[in-house]
Amino acid sequence: MSLLGLGEFHQFDAAGRRFLYLVPSAAVFALDDPAHAVIDTLHGHRLSREALLASVSPRFPEADIEETLAELEQVRAVRSVAAPLPPMPTIIPLTPFPLTTAVLNVTNQCNLSCGYCYEYSEDKIVDTTNGAQPKFMSEETARKSVDMLMREAGDIQVVHVSFFGGETLMNYPVLSRVVPYAREQAAAHGKRVEFNLTTNATLLTGEMIGFFAEHDISVTVSIDGPREMQDKFRVFHDGRGSYDELLPRVRELLRRHQSRPIGARVTLTAQVNDVVAIYHHLTEEIGFQEVGFAPVTTSPGRDHALNGAGFDQMVTQFETLAGEFLEAAAAGRHHGFSNVSETLSEIHKGVSKAYPCGAGLGLVGVSTGGDIGLCHRFAGSDDHKLGSVEDGIDRDAQTAFLEDNHIANKTDCHTCWARPLCSGGCYHEAHTRYGTTTHPNLHYCDWIRDWTDICLRIYGELAERNPQFLRRFES
Amino acid sequence: MRHLKAINRKAVRIVDTVTDRPTVAAAGGDVVALQEGPGPPQQPEGPHIPLGCSLVFSPGWEADRNGGTAGLCQPVERDLFDCHLGCFWPAHVPDQLNHSPDWTSTCAAAQKDWRKIDLIFP
Repeated sequence: MSLLGLGEFHQFDAAGRRFLYLVPSAAVFALDDPAHAVIDTLHGHRLSREALLASVSPRFPEADIEETLAELEQVRAVRSVAAPLPPMPTIIPLTPFPLTTAVLNVTNQCNLSCGYCYEYSEDKIVDTTNGAQPKFMSEETARKSVDMLMREAGDIQVVHVSFFGGETLMNYPVLSRVVPYAREQAAAHGKRVEFNLTTNATLLTGEMIGFFAEHDISVTVSIDGPREMQDKFRVFHDGRGSYDELLPRVRELLRRHQSRPIGARVTLTAQVNDVVAIYHHLTEEIGFQEVGFAPVTTSPGRDHALNGAGFDQMVTQFETLAGEFLEAAAAGRHHGFSNVSETLSEIHKGVSKAYPCGAGLGLVGVSTGGDIGLCHRFAGSDDHKLGSVEDGIDRDAQTAFLEDNHIANKTDCHTCWARPLCSGGCYHEAHTRYGTTTHPNLHYCDWIRDWTDICLRIYGELAERNPQFLRRFES
Repeated sequence: MRHLKAINRKAVRIVDTVTDRPTVAAAGGDVVALQEGPGPPQQPEGPHIPLGCSLVFSPGWEADRNGGTAGLCQPVERDLFDCHLGCFWPAHVPDQLNHSPDWTSTCAAAQKDWRKIDLIFP
């Protein structure tokens, strides 16, 4: 007599309906009443088919329940408990995996001294201070990075060049010369290239803004909120706050550069954690179209590290702001809380990740000296080197990295329903906290699950109230 | 599907897949194939390893117990009754001598009644 039990999934309610988020397929199904009843009856129990039918049948016709059961088994929401659990697949992407994005660390120097910076604080992993890497990327290295991207992109039609730092604009001369070069090379290879950069905006000039607008370069501004929050950590070397310096420059950027959405990127710390106030300041008072938030990457115990209570407060605030997002989206209006839109996009596609991000796969970082690293945060670290712009991606090192960091090796994640989206979390965060990229970020599991649940409920609400809105994630 | 509504794109793909490829499990839900189909589409197909009651190095795969090739081992799902009684290595069938002498009693004709053979728990 084979017994039936529940498969792996997360249930959530939205718009008066019950939904299942199936793991690991990442499919979202809405249940009707018989399906809801079957799932509820099996919750915490293992029943024979007959016992299950007997328990549910007074409420629904038996044929309906049989049909429901067959459907639930097909999507693996219900399974025979005697059948072995399918092993977690260890699929290493075929190499050469095409490269789509090269992040160029055009400098490791910065005109600010943000207290939490991972590049210069005690948590740094790249030897930026002792001259092991040049302070500025040369034009030659930048050109070679572009050549490397074109070579390694294979048949990919649209490639991305990101500029990062340090403070990116401290090497504006090289940036401004490599953009036209990349356009030429892309055309020669039959590709299209897109650009973006991240900056603290304190060095932004009218000339630069004109250049960004002319070349359709997406700009992300690192900014933490209103003056008192921004100036808490984001200060110049002499301790002076940077808010007054960047504000007029950002306003001019927003006024003159409208071909691409200009985003703000906020770092949350124990001291700066008022998500809702920050969001409204950045969108309504300054005019950003998109705002993304991320907790600071730091080893535990630092003064600015978010601890348990800080994470709780952050989730509460995220939920409030996500509620605003939902109301706007349900009414068909734009809302710029990009953490929600990014997660909704992944939920809508049904992304089920073997790796937390594209680092070392479709994306690499290039250090000022031309070393290829996992991403911009690792570029220049000898321990995470994946080749060089001259020699291209070291495919053996890449394969070894992919084998070591696969979700199948993160045993802690194997019972977590949020793993299709999280997959263990940021490599750099893990390296800072646990000393290795292969370790899942266990310090924010609860937060990730809370946040994923919030986004799933928003997704369910939108699927019922304004399904048209979700179509935007299909391109 | 009538009772589950596919909401996201992955769900739509799953429905397409299971609707295109009706499984035995969908019909009755009591049979699970021991050998799945080919692996994930982006991976090269691995070697076909028949799943039988003995190792591929053991007698039975290349030569039968008489040294010929007439009675070679089969994958177990095709070989239930060939392993039963006749085989020198009765690994994957219940022990009909001591514990389960009548495990096939409900199965008068294998082609017709094989679903009636249930699991045996020694």
